[in-house]
Amino acid sequence: MSSYVAKPSPPNQDKRWKLVDATIRRQGQQARGLIETLHTVQEAFGYLDQQALRYVAMSLRVPLSRAYGVATFYHFFTLKPAGQHTCVICMGTACYIKGAPQLLDAVQRDLGIAPGETTADKKVSLLTARCLGSCGLAPAVVYDQEVAGKVTRSDIREHVKKWAGHDA
Amino acid sequence: MTPEELAEIAESERVAQSRFTQRVNVCVAAGCLSCQSQSVKDALDREANRRDIKDHCQIKGVGCMGLCAEGPLVSTSSGVLYRKVQAENGAAILDSLGGQPVSHLVCRTDTPFFQRQKKIVLENSGVIDPERIEDYIAGEGYSALIKTLTEMTPREVIDQVTKSGLRGRGGAGYPTGLKWSTVSKSVGTKKYVICNGDEGDPGAFMDRSVLESDPHRVLEGMLIAAYAVGASEGFAYVRAEYPLAVKRLRTAIRQAERVGLLGSDICGTRFSFRVDVRLGAGAFVCGEETALIASVEGKRGTPRPRPPYPAMEGLFGEPTLINNVETFASVAPIIRKGGEWYAQIGTEKSKGTKVFALAGRVQNTGLVEVPMGISLREMVFEIGGGVPEGRKFKAVQTGGPSGGCLPSDCLDMPVDYESLAQAGSIMGSGGMIVMDESSCMVDVAKYFMDFCMTESCGKCIPCRVGTYQMHRILTAIGNMSATQQDLKMLEELCDLLKHTSLCGLGQSAPNPVVSTLRSFAEEYRAHVEEHKCPAGVCNAQPGGETE
Repeated sequence: MSSYVAKPSPPNQDKRWKLVDATIRRQGQQARGLIETLHTVQEAFGYLDQQALRYVAMSLRVPLSRAYGVATFYHFFTLKPAGQHTCVICMGTACYIKGAPQLLDAVQRDLGIAPGETTADKKVSLLTARCLGSCGLAPAVVYDQEVAGKVTRSDIREHVKKWAGHDA
Repeated sequence: MTPEELAEIAESERVAQSRFTQRVNVCVAAGCLSCQSQSVKDALDREANRRDIKDHCQIKGVGCMGLCAEGPLVSTSSGVLYRKVQAENGAAILDSLGGQPVSHLVCRTDTPFFQRQKKIVLENSGVIDPERIEDYIAGEGYSALIKTLTEMTPREVIDQVTKSGLRGRGGAGYPTGLKWSTVSKSVGTKKYVICNGDEGDPGAFMDRSVLESDPHRVLEGMLIAAYAVGASEGFAYVRAEYPLAVKRLRTAIRQAERVGLLGSDICGTRFSFRVDVRLGAGAFVCGEETALIASVEGKRGTPRPRPPYPAMEGLFGEPTLINNVETFASVAPIIRKGGEWYAQIGTEKSKGTKVFALAGRVQNTGLVEVPMGISLREMVFEIGGGVPEGRKFKAVQTGGPSGGCLPSDCLDMPVDYESLAQAGSIMGSGGMIVMDESSCMVDVAKYFMDFCMTESCGKCIPCRVGTYQMHRILTAIGNMSATQQDLKMLEELCDLLKHTSLCGLGQSAPNPVVSTLRSFAEEYRAHVEEHKCPAGVCNAQPGGETE
């Protein structure tokens, strides 16, 4: 028999923890709800930090190592805050064939960062995606949640320059 | 919900629809949305309101119409399809209803792209509003479910599916009827049905499109399957990278619960079924069924050895049926029209139709549904419209990172499970990527190996270390620094991974290398012996400014 452990209270007063708690409750405070709960945390806070991982692990009664293991296993989860803007370049096969590496190359050089990194001024994050499923419009890029298709090198450089240039 | 109530909903929806003498359908699936089709729909809505014609002219958001390359697509009740429509064309399109079409926007539909298709899975895509259950019900939706619940025993349902010859559309092609029958015979306190929508193959977007365009069809398939195997709970596992598909599926589940098609005692029978959505989190290996189960259980998505198969011991240790989105979407028509009807379509061993995502260096990129057994040549040159810019066809890649590249001498081969396997590729989930002479096959093989290396879960050593080593050699070939010794080692590794890896990811990871080594050996030789890349891709890559 497992002894009753009270659910810990959220790390701070932030209202977003209420969303997280709602997911935890819906999953019956069970370990099986780990991935769903981490999705909610990431949706609410943008990334998973140590405090959040500890809280989720304790609430669902799973070892912190398992929460960390899951958070790092899946590409969708990120442990670092993203910049003000994000630029996701699709590296799916169709996009690759149609020149996504050249797009990535251009942005990397303009911003001076590698995929997965954020510029020092925290303005732009550069990411790559496995496949967005927008293969009909290859090469595809997501600028701040908005998908753009048939992107050329000058398109993407212009777009990113606008972000990096002045305060948005 | 009783059968009579369902018929009533269908009838009142049909009456409501018959009031509209004119109709304009705007594609609001992800492809067209990213070309601003929402603003086209809004503009049409505004214009229709201004003209006060909303009582007889319906502006409807619908699912994918297939030709994603020409989006945003708009179709009208007079049978005209418009391509690349912009918001400012709204007025002209409304003017044209019942008159001459707007000639500069017309997309011809008498081309093979439209004529050669046979739509079963996609029959509602581009026709119904995916966010309204009534629209689905009006088009015979959920009638197959009612038929199974009221007229058929689970055994009869499985018999029909077996007779249809339907095989798993996720890639491996396991007979669906056999799988259902195994799960139904398994003993457990509870059984589960899982819909695999973790479409991880880069270059494939069939499942996304089906979920975005016709989510109720998938739910109906899951319900029928649950009834047949005796399951009471289901999960739809969908990639988090497909937010629109997730949203529409969740909407569909809510609607079905509201009218009583999901929940307890469905249609007054003792059959109860609930579905929950689970979000994938970007791990290719989760397409493998045991890894997917681990993921639904909230764990890292690592596979485990089979047997026991999920049909015996799956989710939470109970018998579990796992099928792909497209497989579930094929079920309702099979029940409605009978297994024999479905078995007439396709080839001897591969029945029915298959949805393919055509992409890459081909004129008509988009989604097509064709009968099994169509030749690759028809797919690429007739339906696909050939390679653009007068370039030369080089290869077509099927099956994603687990598949292979088929050269031009395979073009006359029929597309079915066996032929593709024989040619060293696989059907896979249905991604078809056309490459022209500007692609270097070594580079393509390296690309896929990079994918498998990153996506390997790390549980078994052949896959974890083998993919790394193969990637290292392919990189060396690309840098022109490889030797004959390396090539030999590469071939040995292909064999090793294939035979000793734990799951499908590792076992099939060498396929892109094996198939390119077989068909494009000359290119490998040029890299190794002459230090030259015939396509001019490899030399240019390390930091060189191209264009």
